[in-house]
Amino acid sequence: MSVSEENAEREPVAYQVSAFLERRREQIAQRWADAALFRTVFTVSRDEAVEAGRAVAAALAAVAASGRLDDIRASGFEAVRDQLGRMAASRARTGTDPDGVANEVAALREPATELLRAEFAEPDAPEAHEAVLALTVLMGTLRLVVMETTVSAGEELIARQREQLHEVATPVIKLWESTVAVPLIGTLDSARSQVVMESLLDAIVAERARYAILDITGVPTVDSLVAQHLMKTVAAARLMGAECIVSGIRPAIAQTIVHLGIDLGTVLTRSSLADALAYALSQQGVEIAPLRAVGAAADAGTR
Amino acid sequence: MMQASRHAGPASLPIGSDADLAWVRQQVRQAAAELGFGLVQQTKLVTAASELARNTLVHGGGGHVQITPLDAGSSRGLRLAFVDTGPGIRDLDQALTDGYTSGGGLGLGLSGAKRLVQEFEVDSRPGEGTTVTVTAWATVVPPSRTVP
Amino acid sequence: MTGIAGHGPVGGHGFTVPVLQLGDVLLVTLQGELHDGMAEQLQQDITARISHSRVTGVVIDISGVEIVDSFLGRVLAEIAAGAKLLAARTVLAGMRPAVAITLVELGLTLPGLWTALDVERAMELLGVTTRRGEGSP
Repeated sequence: MSVSEENAEREPVAYQVSAFLERRREQIAQRWADAALFRTVFTVSRDEAVEAGRAVAAALAAVAASGRLDDIRASGFEAVRDQLGRMAASRARTGTDPDGVANEVAALREPATELLRAEFAEPDAPEAHEAVLALTVLMGTLRLVVMETTVSAGEELIARQREQLHEVATPVIKLWESTVAVPLIGTLDSARSQVVMESLLDAIVAERARYAILDITGVPTVDSLVAQHLMKTVAAARLMGAECIVSGIRPAIAQTIVHLGIDLGTVLTRSSLADALAYALSQQGVEIAPLRAVGAAADAGTR
Repeated sequence: MMQASRHAGPASLPIGSDADLAWVRQQVRQAAAELGFGLVQQTKLVTAASELARNTLVHGGGGHVQITPLDAGSSRGLRLAFVDTGPGIRDLDQALTDGYTSGGGLGLGLSGAKRLVQEFEVDSRPGEGTTVTVTAWATVVPPSRTVP
Repeated sequence: MTGIAGHGPVGGHGFTVPVLQLGDVLLVTLQGELHDGMAEQLQQDITARISHSRVTGVVIDISGVEIVDSFLGRVLAEIAAGAKLLAARTVLAGMRPAVAITLVELGLTLPGLWTALDVERAMELLGVTTRRGEGSP
């Protein structure tokens, strides 16, 4: 088996670093527990911080033992990826940006290198420099792993928040017996349209609604995709036995719809939510009249 | 021919009769539910599976479906491959057009199924057969909360 | 393989579709898995029932149906079209939200069918129509 000179030289250093991390794991963990990253995450007990420090040191030792000091995919990191992710996420929640988290990870390097230097009788010997350099590379890789974990945790958080925002942003309101409405505010994309459709249809079942009003007064633009979503919602509501009314089409949007050549012909529209409600009520035989006219209306009702 | 294994690995189901179509629908629903698909997503995928399995049966003269759960880190998916050794599809573009039908349906089989899944692929060779592969991914559903 | 499979005896599990006659309305309750052959058989049965008895309305309750694909969609549309020729109105009742969303995505909006939220509303719909037909001055 032929090993290149470089590898032959390097591997012993990596093993050395690995052995050091194993041997000094307790001291390293104790020092790290006081570092900003650990201290601010494990606010309740220091023991937890030390425990986390031990886990990270053990993971680094495993990576060093595999000789893959600069490989963020090294299997040793898998053991701590979850934990790092949770720590990074918790720092992100308290308002520390990814840069800040990365700096806090970088700060872990100094205590470890100090301990490593102390291992050597002559801190300036080439072997010592080599070992410190190897540890520096390893700590740099750890920093990358944390960065990567932070970013993906952040993406998940954003995705979850987006979903929640969709839900919150689309309340279905019962306006009257058998009449529900969704006032849409903001941009309608595919994902949100899907949520709107599902919440509206669920509300139709829950409220036994005959009429469902989609009010788009607060929707800034209607392109052909949005129009298509509206039409799908109307069609789905109809399949369930409810009539859908689209209200709040502002003049500019009406123009756009005409320009785009979108045929909303099958969709019942009203200019305002009030008009839509009035329509739904009149279809159900409910008449709205000023109080003074009630007598007259009652007379009319006896016919 | 019963499918003994109901674990999360790939499974192959025969498509040779009406009853098989029903069985395919049930198995696809179960697999999708296990992977965390929401109710609407499940319904879309099962409907697509029903359309495609019927195509395999009616146009392909029977065949089988391969059901494969997918795990791509944070997202989970289900891949269905419908395989037949029938006459193949002569004009794929036409077959994917709404309303085009060679059988007794509404001509929404292929084109409709395509709209119900995220990924859709047809490999058809005249005289040799057709394989339609579809994939759907479960989107992360937030825990449902009741808005007061 | 030659010919088309699946046209032999169906409903081997002793499964039948309940069809009830309530006055001049036929109530058909679909539930669970419906094999293609059974759906076609049902279509014939309903048409026969309408022509034999003086039915003016058909309510198809699909609240227990988890999926409607284009085949069942076609059968439902044909039942309605057939009933119409025999002067009966068909109301599709109780479609689940997930089924409705899927049908729309599939491109199947069943324009010729009347729809209702549930059987009660469907009956009301047929009843109202009858009264309107008879009772308007």
